[in-house]
Amino acid sequence: MKSYPISIKPFGERAILIEWPNEVKETILADILNFMDAFKELKIPGWEMSVAYNSLTMVYNKDHLDFEETKSLLLDCYKNQSESNTKRTQHLWTLPVCYDLEFGMDIVEVAKTLNLSVEELIEQHTSHQYVVYGIGFLPGFMYLGGLPQSLEIPRRSEPRLQVAKGSVGLAGKQTGIYPQESPGGWNIIGNCPIPLFTPSLKDPCFVKVGDKIQFQKISKAEYELHKIEGEVGIYKPEKIELNA
Amino acid sequence: MLKVLKSGFFVTIQDLGRFGYRDIGVPISGAMDVDSVKKANLLLENNPGDAVMEITMTGPTLQFEDPTYICLTGAHISATLNKKPVENYQAIKVEKGDVLSYGRLTDGFRAYLAVKGGFTTDKVLGSRSQFIPVTAKKRLKDGDEVPYERTLSFKPILSEVKIDERYHTNGMEVFKGPEFSLLTDKQLKDIFTKTFTVSKENNRMAYQVAELLEGHSHSMLTSGTLPGTIQLTPAGRLIILMKDGQTTGGYPRVLQLSEASICTLAQKKSGDKLLFKLL
Repeated sequence: MKSYPISIKPFGERAILIEWPNEVKETILADILNFMDAFKELKIPGWEMSVAYNSLTMVYNKDHLDFEETKSLLLDCYKNQSESNTKRTQHLWTLPVCYDLEFGMDIVEVAKTLNLSVEELIEQHTSHQYVVYGIGFLPGFMYLGGLPQSLEIPRRSEPRLQVAKGSVGLAGKQTGIYPQESPGGWNIIGNCPIPLFTPSLKDPCFVKVGDKIQFQKISKAEYELHKIEGEVGIYKPEKIELNA
Repeated sequence: MLKVLKSGFFVTIQDLGRFGYRDIGVPISGAMDVDSVKKANLLLENNPGDAVMEITMTGPTLQFEDPTYICLTGAHISATLNKKPVENYQAIKVEKGDVLSYGRLTDGFRAYLAVKGGFTTDKVLGSRSQFIPVTAKKRLKDGDEVPYERTLSFKPILSEVKIDERYHTNGMEVFKGPEFSLLTDKQLKDIFTKTFTVSKENNRMAYQVAELLEGHSHSMLTSGTLPGTIQLTPAGRLIILMKDGQTTGGYPRVLQLSEASICTLAQKKSGDKLLFKLL
């Protein structure tokens, strides 16, 4: 396992930011997740950790955080982590998306701008696996990496005040799903009927950072069915274990 | 049970926050001015994390359906119990049928109402703090009923706490943020010498200031943000994230507000002045 130069910075009174090289790379993400697992093994209570691309934000919810002391602990932990720490199970999730014009109100415009037919756009959007590099911005919002260059399109010049829950969008190098209704500037090409954040569940978000997502085209009728299944909590998204 | 006869501008139930879910994008939430909440709970000999009512700018009209003891802290909104003025920072006995109402805001911006034992609304993901879409409702509305346990007798050890009306200061204590080094000499000079004005865009998610700094064109990968994180947008606007603020962001995090100053800022309203001081 390659080791990276990492930087450890204080982030206010009770948090620490660890940064890996400034790149979007699966190997970097894997290293961050390994480090997280190694740190969790130390079983120090009070820590909350969240990953986004090349960084790990560690928040200490207890009283006093001694930065220098914690920094050396973290550095030791990073040095001593080994590949055998990789115990986490990662999944490839297949998420259904209806690309009907009713949901994907920008799809015709987007296809035109990208010099693709709508069918080609859908084909390209559904044929790639996207890596979950972080969850944030809204509860259950996934930062997905791995969008083919042919689907890169700038944000809309004017954001919409309301983007529907489940909307699937394209913006720059990103694609993603709005987990709730929200204002937003992404180009909307479809809608995913499956709830991505369910606060009544013990594990409100089934997707984890490091998992992969692949979209699957569904019809309007399938959409309506999955929507109901999702609402009553009986829809089980298709998943494959990646490191089985 | 507490009955909300009239709900006021923005009234929510809050505790110290929702911890352990930032990795799936759930903000901490919780009271904006934790300091005032702790004082109220201390006087009532509650646990520090017992849920209170956070009252922003204008107060509700509330009727108590069970006897208990209450304590008001934070902003002064001319509170009256059965039309008689009540002071902040005291344990006050209330009877069934008593009506608490509020008048003019005279000081601060967010007032707190604590009851003995705390409000006992349902916890979602470990907290009672209201935040959509974690809780079903964003705020209290007319006619809502808020549960609490009845308390017939209680002899407080402390009759009042020392009042530290910290929010009379304009000084905002800040630490260097992760992207502090991106600030130019001009931006640095402006941040630490100019007086900033709280803009109309201020709520539980974020406070913005009216004055702009020099713009920038730094782009960075999205990374973690915290309550108190001060972001600098490319247009030069400072955005101070607060308790319901998003857990990740893509703007440079130039400064980080101290926890004490988050409480102070929570008591500021549109038009109030701020001065940043590096710790």
